[in-house]
Amino acid sequence: MSILPFLAAGWIFLIGVYGMVTSRNLVHAVGCLAVAQTSTYVLLLGIGYRRGGTAPVFSDIPVGTAVVDPVVQALVLTDVVVGATVTALLLSLVIQIRKRTGTVDPEALTDLKG
Amino acid sequence: MSRRVRTTAFWLAAAAFAVIFTLACTGLPHFGTTLHPYGSRAVAASVRQHTANVVSSVNFDQRALDTLGEESILFGAVLGSVVLLRRARDEDRAAPQPRPVLPSTLLLGAGLLPVTVLVGGYVVAHGQLSPGGGFQGGVMLATGLHLAYVAADYRVLRRVRPLAVFAALDAVGAGAFTALGFAGLVAGAAYLENVLPLGTFNQLASGGLVPLVNAAVGVEVASGVIVLVAQFLDQAVEIDEPRHHGAGAGAGGGKDGDR
Repeated sequence: MSILPFLAAGWIFLIGVYGMVTSRNLVHAVGCLAVAQTSTYVLLLGIGYRRGGTAPVFSDIPVGTAVVDPVVQALVLTDVVVGATVTALLLSLVIQIRKRTGTVDPEALTDLKG
Repeated sequence: MSRRVRTTAFWLAAAAFAVIFTLACTGLPHFGTTLHPYGSRAVAASVRQHTANVVSSVNFDQRALDTLGEESILFGAVLGSVVLLRRARDEDRAAPQPRPVLPSTLLLGAGLLPVTVLVGGYVVAHGQLSPGGGFQGGVMLATGLHLAYVAADYRVLRRVRPLAVFAALDAVGAGAFTALGFAGLVAGAAYLENVLPLGTFNQLASGGLVPLVNAAVGVEVASGVIVLVAQFLDQAVEIDEPRHHGAGAGAGGGKDGDR
């Protein structure tokens, strides 16, 4: 099955979204969002994989050796950085929600406040 | 929307996603294929630019403008967290209390702190040669500094981490990246184009603009993460909640962000 690694990425994405949909705690929901985002790392690295390829760093291997795709690796790096900062920003929002409303249960956050 | 409706909507969407995603996957190039047109071109360009670490070459040379955007997201997120987690009018600052620490923990932390910071600096400095770079090394530098909190206590951390300095360094790092791009314009080329002398392949001073941009990113990420973690630590350790006493969720959220 050569598409199994890609399907794994889709599976991780769905697990993350399922967690967000059923979440009863905003910190948990932010964690689930991070899980859903992880699926993009798996998908990108899966697409960039090359059978028999090594890391795309030529400091200790001769130039011309078969390497995996460096472009998707750079994209994953971008993805990780953005994911981490967005998680931090969302957690700050959760802290403020907890302070203002006294709850982190999204079901209890139904009132609109001006 | 009630819970049942929401869960049903999720399962319908998930089923549709699963079918369409699986169909799309069958159209992708095979897993482990030897044909990577973009990858091969990126490797060739990287070797041409004398940068041994192709990922760094992609990030800081071939796609430098994208990385500038990514770095701005980081800067914006840090700024947003600082604004969101500032001390509100009805909150008081409490002086953090010293806590007893096991001597073995203290010894381990004091021993590891300089080593971790050194390794972080090494990873940043060798971004153009070996795996790593400004982003990875910057996070290591920031994490290393927080060993002072883990192994000693908050007051020690505050002494080794002058927050105003790191907040300024964050801006300097972000600004340096933007400013380095003008080197290309001055030389008559495009913004962020690699116009500096390329040096010898696989030497520390190789890759032209790459080590400089990489260092700017390292400074920005390290100070950005330090400022970010400081906001969460402030919430957990220093800021009192006058209105919701006895509830630990605010502090708990801060610790989640810290770990």
